[in-house]
Amino acid sequence: MNLSYSGRARELLESAGAKDYDLLRVTAGRRIYEGILMPRPEILDDLHVVLKMSNGYNVGIDVEKISSVEVLGRARPPERPSPPRVSPREGLPSVPIVVTGGTIASRVDYSTGAVKPTETPEELIDLVPEIAELANVSYVPLMAKLSEDIRPEEWGRIANKVAEELNSGASGVVVAHGTDTMHYTASALALMLEGLTGPVVLVGSQRSIDRPSTDAVLNVTAAVRVAAEGPMAESVIVMHGSTSDDFAWVIRGVRARKMHTSRRDAFMSVNEAPLARVTEKSIEILNPRFRRRPSEPTEVVARVEIEPRVALVHAWPGIERGFLEAVVSSGYRGIVMAGTGLGHVPNRIVDEIGAIVDSGIPVVVTSQCLFGRVDLKVYATGRRMLQAGVIPAADTLPEVATVKLMVALGRGMEGEDLRRFMTTSQVGELTETISPSAYPPCFSGGARVG
Amino acid sequence: MADLDYRELGLRVGIEIHQRLATREKLFCHCPPLMRHDEPHLWVRRRLRVSYSELGSIDPAARFETLRARVFEYGAYSDSTCEVELDEAPPLPLNLEALEVSIEVALMLNMDVVDEVHVMRKIVVDGSNTTGFQRTALVALGGEKSAIETSEGDVRLSTLCLEEESAYIVETTPQGARYRLDRLGIPLIELATGADIRSPDQAREAALKLGRILRATGRVQRGIGSIRQDLNVSVEGGARQEIKGVQELDLISEVVRREALRQVNLLRIRDEMRSRGLSPSSFESAETLDVTEHLSGSKSKLVRRSLSRGSKALLLKLPGMGGLLGREVQPNRRFGTELSDYAKVFGGVAGILHSDELPGYGITEQELSYLYREAGLDRSDAFVLVLASGEKAKLALDAVRRRVMQAALGVPEETRRALPDGNTAFMRPLPGSARMYPETDVLPVVTGPLVRKILARGLPEMPDRVISRLVTHYGLTEDLANMLLDDGRIAQFERVASEISGLSPRFIASTLTSTLRGLAGEGVAVHRIPDSALETTLRLVAEGRLAKEAIPNVFRKLAENPELDPSDLAASLTMSEEELDEIIRRVLYEEREVVQRVGMRAFGRLMGRVMSVVRGRVDGSVVSRKLRAAMEEMMGSQK
Repeated sequence: MNLSYSGRARELLESAGAKDYDLLRVTAGRRIYEGILMPRPEILDDLHVVLKMSNGYNVGIDVEKISSVEVLGRARPPERPSPPRVSPREGLPSVPIVVTGGTIASRVDYSTGAVKPTETPEELIDLVPEIAELANVSYVPLMAKLSEDIRPEEWGRIANKVAEELNSGASGVVVAHGTDTMHYTASALALMLEGLTGPVVLVGSQRSIDRPSTDAVLNVTAAVRVAAEGPMAESVIVMHGSTSDDFAWVIRGVRARKMHTSRRDAFMSVNEAPLARVTEKSIEILNPRFRRRPSEPTEVVARVEIEPRVALVHAWPGIERGFLEAVVSSGYRGIVMAGTGLGHVPNRIVDEIGAIVDSGIPVVVTSQCLFGRVDLKVYATGRRMLQAGVIPAADTLPEVATVKLMVALGRGMEGEDLRRFMTTSQVGELTETISPSAYPPCFSGGARVG
Repeated sequence: MADLDYRELGLRVGIEIHQRLATREKLFCHCPPLMRHDEPHLWVRRRLRVSYSELGSIDPAARFETLRARVFEYGAYSDSTCEVELDEAPPLPLNLEALEVSIEVALMLNMDVVDEVHVMRKIVVDGSNTTGFQRTALVALGGEKSAIETSEGDVRLSTLCLEEESAYIVETTPQGARYRLDRLGIPLIELATGADIRSPDQAREAALKLGRILRATGRVQRGIGSIRQDLNVSVEGGARQEIKGVQELDLISEVVRREALRQVNLLRIRDEMRSRGLSPSSFESAETLDVTEHLSGSKSKLVRRSLSRGSKALLLKLPGMGGLLGREVQPNRRFGTELSDYAKVFGGVAGILHSDELPGYGITEQELSYLYREAGLDRSDAFVLVLASGEKAKLALDAVRRRVMQAALGVPEETRRALPDGNTAFMRPLPGSARMYPETDVLPVVTGPLVRKILARGLPEMPDRVISRLVTHYGLTEDLANMLLDDGRIAQFERVASEISGLSPRFIASTLTSTLRGLAGEGVAVHRIPDSALETTLRLVAEGRLAKEAIPNVFRKLAENPELDPSDLAASLTMSEEELDEIIRRVLYEEREVVQRVGMRAFGRLMGRVMSVVRGRVDGSVVSRKLRAAMEEMMGSQK
């Protein structure tokens, strides 16, 4: 066992020979505390020792007041009941869960006090035994990363693993992933995997599985159901559809966006209806425009070439000449602008963009509005941008355009080829028509506020 | 019920007082700590799953709750609840105002405030918290000097915790429960005593004293449910019971009395079982028999109705238990009722039938004999019968069997619920300590600066000082002062008394206590009246715009509609001078002969007639003055 304390508290505890989770007796002033020494998160001061007392509460004791520390007993490694082994059942589809990390495979980490990825995803099946009824589930631990730490280079590893699983007979593959960048990975998988034979389902949770209210139960059950029985052969995100534990959406990966920092139903389908909703009992198709599972078995091919040096840059009122140049000179090979409104950037930087395009670095334009498509013909600024050579990406989401440009550059595309690739739909990331229903009203129920 | 000798029984009682605080915001968000009375604006459905607790073992209390796949519905308000109550956003930092009040109370009680307060998650999966845990923090520990005096000796304080209030339960259904989120997250002090209390009356006295100390801070909520007592009760040889939710002070001693009795009677049942040679192992493999067929032609409507709905009839054999299930453990509660509680909680069944209450429920003596015979039992044995779907019936009978095994050992440790008559019913097994783990979303708070701030400002007066001050400074009676304290209206009283001139302090105090209590006794929802409306009403009286007599009617209307403005009510409830003059003129005319005959001696009679018409709308002294003047005028003109 370690001692996670620093500074003054560490000196005191070290001199008593104490380690994290030891049973201590601490005398402070007129009081004697007995309890288990709890690790101390780094962001807190070094002036308190934290004991978990027999009544279950943690208390922090001021080191100034401590006159003695005595170790009464050594830490026992935390007992974890071993999760049940489930043997495969005949007739059930096979669904591997490729684990990349994130809240869905997280536990509280007592050294930082924060939620961190775990390496033992078996706990999932212990928590959600329902999935064993839907499929023969297996675990494929690939990495244990918070999604904010996943790099573009790692999308290829995930794509290769998914292809391998599908080619060895999986009905669909579930990818457990942190939610922050899940829509980037979903887009990358959509673009990298060709000839998909079943659903590639990204799933995560907004409430870690150590909480009774975790959304993982519904999300994982729905994800496994979609992987096992879903008709779509696409990369999709399956997450809560509302704040209730009622149903999950199946959202096309290249249409998904995390729209809330913390709600269960953070993911929305932007500019098109979700493909389906999954309830406890069934999958209900809402938008039938998706690629179906092929009738003949085909080989799934992962084309994982990628150019990670693509920058996603917001246009904002303070963006000045030189900013994009700095981006380029720090080594980025392509730029996706999230422009304002219809896709605009301030007139003062249009010339600079023209020079960047002329130097062979593509500049793709999307809108920070997210909903709706860019249109650079309406106002003069847009027309100047077109003259400067930007590539308007219609209603492609900024994040998706970023991944798409990484793929295009990875495949060595340039010039007209690249322009054509970016302005036509490859996997549904760009649409001809946007339904009037594809827009989220808030407070539409007439709810009273304030 | 004759009192037992509690000293001899080794009665030990501890009290936990839960008091809601009147802070500006909730404990972990900026929402107002406001109880609502209207229908929530939206409802959300959720489920809870058991989680691994800190040290990896699953808490039994948590586990069994989730075994019953329950659905919980939560009602939220768009204008007074937020994403935090809905468990859709992490909690905000601990409310320092609430921590300050907690520390103040701890210091008033000479408790040791912990140097750094850590918020914990206590697993509670009955749905009363959207998260599946209650956030709670230990703020202070009792020391040698932290005790309150009672007439039967000192009672030491052991812990003071600051917790979030649970959601308000609207309704329980077999499939789950409905809660309102307005209450969730209101700061709550949990003040626990050691098990120093030795008699039922001492328990009540200690609760009263602690409640008064909390109210002396002037920073606690009042009204129904704002203070609740949990009781820990055991007798020598029995076991600790955590009895939840005693809302009325007067019920405390009765609950303790009846719980002591229950444990004594359960110990007697254990002794009887032992003398019959029964031990837990006697029931280890107690058999269950499917008697659906046997009862298909039963004379009992209850049985027939149940079976026609597809229920099974399962019978659990309890050899050697004849006569024990019918033993009374509390007034009107038998050992069989205890078994029934387990069947209901663990099996979700409506109840059980047991052999000691048969024949009965339409089951005839003939059928009973038949069941005994078919089960291979005789009358020294007992059985329990459950009518439910196969799975539920099995769960229920297994719980009954385990409870009977425990009976051979004595009293099981349980969390129990106080019933309105003072009895208690089983809620769930006593939770283990594994249900607590750190709330990592909330940073710990160092208390030193707050403690210094409070000490610099000075602690609130203790209740006895408050009372004597109110008596000497305002001339209140001790009773009236105590009522102000008990109703949590001291701060309000002092504010009104200093701000509004022209009203006697006694009148203000009795309006805020006796008048409101009287109306509450009539069933008027006085807790709904906002403080500001009470104060405006008093101000209107002081300004002569409202008759004192009209106050109860104003309060009645405000309780029905708390959004009304008392000034508007005053207009409709107050009679104009012209109207009053008109009534006096009419009465004088009708009574003119009497006045002519007896003169001013008719005053009382006329006053009665006028008041019968204007009571509650005009101040009596005004009527008296005007009537006297009018009579004098009439008599003068006649002279």
